[in-house]
Amino acid sequence: MPTSLTINGTAHNIDLPDEVPLLWVLRDEVGLTGTKFGCGVAACGACTVQIDGEAVRSCQVALSDVWGEVTTIEGLGAPEAMAKIQQAWVDHQVAQCGYCQSGQIMQAAALLAENPSPSDAEIDEAMQGNLCRCGTYPRIRAAIHSAAGKLKEA
Amino acid sequence: MASVGKILRRTFLIGSAAVVGGVAFGAYYVSRPAPNPLQPQEGEAALNPFVLIDQQGITLFAPRAEMGQGVMTTWAALIAEELDVELEQVRVLHGPAAAAYYNSALLGEGLPNKGYDISDFQHNLGEALGVFGKVLNLQITGGSTSMRDGFERMREAGATARETLKQAAANRLSIARDQLRTENGAVIAPDGTRIPYTDLAVAAGQIDPPEVALRDPSDWRLLGKSLPRVDMVGKATGTAEYGIDVRPEGSKFASVRTNPKLGGEMKSFDASDAESMPGVEKIVDLGDGVAVVASNTWLAMQAVEAINVDWGDAPYPPETDGLFDAIGAAFEGKANSTMRDDGDVGTMPEGATEVTAEYRLPYLAHATMEPMNATAIFTGKTLELWTGNQAPTVIRSKVAKVANLDPEMVTVHTPYMGGGFGRRLEYDYAVIATKVAMALPNVPVQVTWSREEDMRHDFYRPGAMARMRGAVKDGKALLLDGQISAQSVLYQAMTRMGAPAGGPDKILVEGAFNQPYAIPNYRIRGYIADLAVPVGSWRSVGNSFNGFFHDTFLDEMAHAAGRDPLEFRLELMKSEHAPSAGCLEAVREMSGWTGKTPDGVGRGVGFTYSFGTPVAQVIEVVDEDGTIRISKAWIACDMGLALDPGTVEAQMVGGMIYGLSAACFGEVTFADGEVEQYNFPDYDAIRIHNVPETEVRILETNRHMGGAGEPGTPPSMPALGNALFDLTGQRARSLPLSHSFDLLV
Repeated sequence: MPTSLTINGTAHNIDLPDEVPLLWVLRDEVGLTGTKFGCGVAACGACTVQIDGEAVRSCQVALSDVWGEVTTIEGLGAPEAMAKIQQAWVDHQVAQCGYCQSGQIMQAAALLAENPSPSDAEIDEAMQGNLCRCGTYPRIRAAIHSAAGKLKEA
Repeated sequence: MASVGKILRRTFLIGSAAVVGGVAFGAYYVSRPAPNPLQPQEGEAALNPFVLIDQQGITLFAPRAEMGQGVMTTWAALIAEELDVELEQVRVLHGPAAAAYYNSALLGEGLPNKGYDISDFQHNLGEALGVFGKVLNLQITGGSTSMRDGFERMREAGATARETLKQAAANRLSIARDQLRTENGAVIAPDGTRIPYTDLAVAAGQIDPPEVALRDPSDWRLLGKSLPRVDMVGKATGTAEYGIDVRPEGSKFASVRTNPKLGGEMKSFDASDAESMPGVEKIVDLGDGVAVVASNTWLAMQAVEAINVDWGDAPYPPETDGLFDAIGAAFEGKANSTMRDDGDVGTMPEGATEVTAEYRLPYLAHATMEPMNATAIFTGKTLELWTGNQAPTVIRSKVAKVANLDPEMVTVHTPYMGGGFGRRLEYDYAVIATKVAMALPNVPVQVTWSREEDMRHDFYRPGAMARMRGAVKDGKALLLDGQISAQSVLYQAMTRMGAPAGGPDKILVEGAFNQPYAIPNYRIRGYIADLAVPVGSWRSVGNSFNGFFHDTFLDEMAHAAGRDPLEFRLELMKSEHAPSAGCLEAVREMSGWTGKTPDGVGRGVGFTYSFGTPVAQVIEVVDEDGTIRISKAWIACDMGLALDPGTVEAQMVGGMIYGLSAACFGEVTFADGEVEQYNFPDYDAIRIHNVPETEVRILETNRHMGGAGEPGTPPSMPALGNALFDLTGQRARSLPLSHSFDLLV
């Protein structure tokens, strides 16, 4: 029986076995490839999406266990209408290879929703599960602080 | 349209060709008419564009692979600078695999000089030797060469296109070309009328490009400034397309397993369990491995894991200790190279203190964030391939052979790469995808490796050992005699390319023989350990181990001489290479280096000259209740000309962090012939909570342009080890440091 999911505000009926991780539903079934496969064991954060606003590793959530509305990087903002956090990433020229950045941004967006002005220590705490092999961490930190400022102005 | 004959007769490197509705400017394959060492084959005389203008707009081609280093933006900026277009208004594409996109700088690196002592004559000779890159069809992104390679040629491409467009406008307006100027994608007439390039493109296609002079750097609008990267919005919105995101209509998804005893045979397999698993459509026997094609990548991964395979043994000693025994034993054989032999290292200077040390560094994986993957469709007559790669012409010839096709029938697309670091110089992932696609003709198949498959089937940074001997007297270094033993990355790469391997391997000793120190008795010898563990280029290649060996040993010599380690290096460097000394002086000033640190704080300096760029780093560590944290780092580099300082800064910081990750945690070990590390929990890296606060200074005094992508990596490892020595008094002679120090993880 197909499983119904709401992804970025759109309802989808997914005809895949229950145990298929949300990551692979998004990428190979729905065609939302912004969410990335990095490790499959929740050790890198590249697959981070939000379920009801909470940042989760989509490689660890089985299709049948998805408990709420899914937001992916594509749902956060599009190139012509970026979310403030995405704009901060562009302003700080954060990405190098960029592969981990969808996950970094989804994690950071969840952090800012919960804590509008995180300290460096709070950023470390929230973001240390997100690996970046290019080493963009200093700019990620700067972009989060800058997005926090912009969100407060709004 | 220019005929092939006309193209071949042209003497321009940069030519033009009419295309539908417009014009293309670019390079012709071996375009100079004489002496021409090659007989161009049919199809190879085609122009490969750097600039394409048609009714749809302006497209710039940056045929160097974007793996995070910003090459696409800076390469496009070289063209845009002379063409007078803004990067926001043009499309930037990688373009196809093509001989005309050869890397002229890379083979210049093969000259047997130290680099920093290069004369203008040798520099020109290097440029001339670079032509072999063209002859060998090497379209390669590597060796930190892209800017050195593209600097002249791409500005010429832009300038030639600009002047040809101006000529088209001059013809239309019946005035002289020099009465026109260009701005923002248009030719401007004396009365201020704007004629967009797109309106002139068809006419420009009929004009032979004029000879042009390049603009003076003082007139540059774009180069030398930090530009917004053309890939940034895509990467912030999840819309940038990586190889793993390619989805041709009707795609199937596959995963693969090959022998974890690397290079061993596949004796047999039993896929009966896998065949009936959900979503499985086909089991493919690859000869040396097995793949499963399914409706979903995850289902394919589950099924391929369920196949029982009988693997043959590894063709190398199965345990780590056995491998290092062989690496150590190579010291007893004949040296492969003695690339530096100054003075007399055989005699210990009278009254000098002898210093000796042995070092050992592990095999390392690249661990790119994007696991290896490739997508292919095979029709029987053609093969189309999408895969992140650093060498599309090599990939094309390799997969053509596998598919038994003429290379002309193979199209290689190069999407963004989720990291390269040298891993994507190989072609194994493309060959696997080709074999799977051949088993399902006319169906596009994407083959994605699990992280475990990726980690355990790499072309590793070779494990390496060094035996160092030195002498100090009256606070000065009098003698340095270094021996380095490792597998040869170069020999293996040559063999895989079908070229004979032999001769002195410069890469094996780079970062040791070519360091700018005036030590009177100075010898560096390289020894090749003949082992079959797959090894490859890992960000900075030989420098990645020699940087640690050489610089750590200099630190040991400084302490033995009772000198401040920074001043000790600086004194030896000043007369040898001023830009290198400038980098050390810069980090001394930036860090407020005094040679003294309070209790609980340690500082170390590291220096490596690599890829034409000297880089000095100071790293500070702090003891926080018994846990050691890397708190700060200062970096100074001098690549002569920093075309995009923002990108250079990012590469310096990123290169250092890549090195620190390896220094702290990186280690690939073997048991029963198999790599023991499976995934990031076994092969971790620096993360946001343990990354140092970093400051970068970019100097521009070097006479020749150096690279940016790799030189930040080598000095980070010794700098950290030297800082830990300052903090604890314990000398790190092997890595990773997490084995011997309580680092913050």
